[in-house]
Amino acid sequence: MTDTQPASIIDKLWDAHAITTREDGQTLLFIDRHLVHEGSFHAFDQLRNRAATIARPDLTFGIADHYVPTRPASSAANTEAAGMIEQLARNAREHGILSFGQFDQRQGIVHVAIPEQGLTLPGLSIVCGDSHTSTHGAFGAYAFGIGASEVAHVLMTQTLWQRRPRRMRIVVDGQLPAGTGAKDIALTIIARIGADGAQGYAIEYAGSAIIALSMEGRMTLCNLSIEAGGRLGLIAPDPTTFDYVRGLPFAPRGDDLDRAIADWRLLASDADAAFDREVALDASEIAPVVTWGTSPEQSAPIDGSVPDPTRMDDENKAKAAREAIGYMDLRPGQALSEIRIDRVFIGSCTNSRIEDLRAAAAILAGRRSRVPGLVSPGSLAVKHQAEQEGLDQIFRDAGLEWVASGCSMCVGMNGDTVPPGERCASTTNRNFRGRQGLGSRTHLMSPAMVAAAAVAGHLIDSRLLARE
Amino acid sequence: MRPFTTITALACKLAIDNIDTDQLIPARFMRRPRSVGYGNFLLHDLRFDTDGAPKPQFPLNDPNISGCEVILAGRNFGCGSSREAAVYALADYGIRVVIASSFGDIFASNAVKNGVLPAQISEEDSARLLLADELVERRPLTIDLVAQTITVGNLVVTFSIDLVWKKQLLNGWDDIDMTRSEAGTIARFAEQDEIRRPWMKPAGAPPPIPSRRGKNR
Repeated sequence: MTDTQPASIIDKLWDAHAITTREDGQTLLFIDRHLVHEGSFHAFDQLRNRAATIARPDLTFGIADHYVPTRPASSAANTEAAGMIEQLARNAREHGILSFGQFDQRQGIVHVAIPEQGLTLPGLSIVCGDSHTSTHGAFGAYAFGIGASEVAHVLMTQTLWQRRPRRMRIVVDGQLPAGTGAKDIALTIIARIGADGAQGYAIEYAGSAIIALSMEGRMTLCNLSIEAGGRLGLIAPDPTTFDYVRGLPFAPRGDDLDRAIADWRLLASDADAAFDREVALDASEIAPVVTWGTSPEQSAPIDGSVPDPTRMDDENKAKAAREAIGYMDLRPGQALSEIRIDRVFIGSCTNSRIEDLRAAAAILAGRRSRVPGLVSPGSLAVKHQAEQEGLDQIFRDAGLEWVASGCSMCVGMNGDTVPPGERCASTTNRNFRGRQGLGSRTHLMSPAMVAAAAVAGHLIDSRLLARE
Repeated sequence: MRPFTTITALACKLAIDNIDTDQLIPARFMRRPRSVGYGNFLLHDLRFDTDGAPKPQFPLNDPNISGCEVILAGRNFGCGSSREAAVYALADYGIRVVIASSFGDIFASNAVKNGVLPAQISEEDSARLLLADELVERRPLTIDLVAQTITVGNLVVTFSIDLVWKKQLLNGWDDIDMTRSEAGTIARFAEQDEIRRPWMKPAGAPPPIPSRRGKNR
């Protein structure tokens, strides 16, 4: 590619990190940030088996999130989880990596806490052994999840072999209706293109509705790129991004920051850059969305109903719908707003940032939840801020548990799970069978929608409970 | 990594779309060391009831296909979490090939790194194979990686695979060895990159600390 050809941000980031390309077309990419967590232990074991060292400990950061207990009781109950956290600390010490452990003030979910520290920056390549690494694309970074063997590869070489992805642009123009947000955009996109609709693609999100999103909203949207099958999702950095990054602990300062911002401004896709696939959405048509099934593509606007598999043209989809409706214990044709819930969860790398907690608290203020539930802030910093704003008190007054920061009831590794057969309104990213615990049933939705469901005891359009 | 050329083996038909990695191995098993063998965790909650007894109707429990080395699945196999343990479960169970019309990106890459072939076929061929009588009669499939074909009875279907992955599977090659031969190129890139993007290194980050475990070879 020459300088004169118009290029997308995806191409520009790729080219900036391409070390060499083999004749078979695979490119060796330089990795600017490698994030590891407790689950990375398989990779450290591989390292040990080869008696190898970490190539760039200065670009490698550890953080405890998946197994962090959110309540004192669960830590005593789960010594295996405590062992996982200690194992990360041990690996970090042994290899000279800075790691934010369970009791570090910088701790949190890797995809919430790392951006807060200014370790996520525009123009970087970022990888982590967590599929939701696409979250960091919100900053205009080339960020993607990898497996344990790839974690070992990055640890040993600070590089990865990759094939240039196809480019997809999803343009969302117009103004979002009040009471809808990034989660609704994401679920609408996944329903439109399918849970494998972006497979093999890197996604650029663009358009006026995307530009209008805060960094929190952008992270939520990019986070869910993986749920559409995408390798990564990103948004060109702009003044919203630069304002967010300014002054963060590990971010460049002074002249370095000015120089950086000058570079970052050049990342935006050129006006006539080519994309392999384009999808357009009208923001004004987006409504609060909830999932009814066991794949994030099985969703509908809250005023809709559970579909009738006998009326589906695609036999595979009908079969999947039948199985999902069975697992979820629903009826074809049932109004979504009739679905009663047993508990709620607000948290996870998708929706545990301060804005998410504010949106949920706005609905819950002065009200009681009809069901039990957990609210887990995405980081200790978010926790402190929420407590300063009095949000924790609103959640407690509503009867919900305000707990510590971690992955918590999204993946259930730390002991926070939904009991078998129970139905949870959840701000998380996956409604897979058993995701929140064996036999659990998950409905994905935005924080405001979860809060509204808590108040009503059933799924409901949060706009009906919104105040002036 | 064990090289892969051709196998002839029984297949387990899982005619389900979107089998995610949470199904392939539920999260609660992932704190176990790999040395325990992950084969028993494969599709655990679909395979076993809550008492731990095998569900007779689940395809993998069909005694007629015991020892199967192939999984024939629907669309979007291995979507979701990046957990490589999903592939460990397949590999430890004895699965050498997964045939599907599409795969989760990270899953497919993880599969190759563990010698498991992700064979991608068209939606039409997927439907044909899932309906093939030969499979109902539980006859073995032949998967030929060189020719990129799947043969069962008289039915021959071609599959696609990234050419690099094909080469790695055929030779049992490891990425890390390939990359180490590029060490000089990587060092030169990093040096120039620091001049080009001085803002890239984390402010206040500790300098590289040599590990106690000795040098890379």
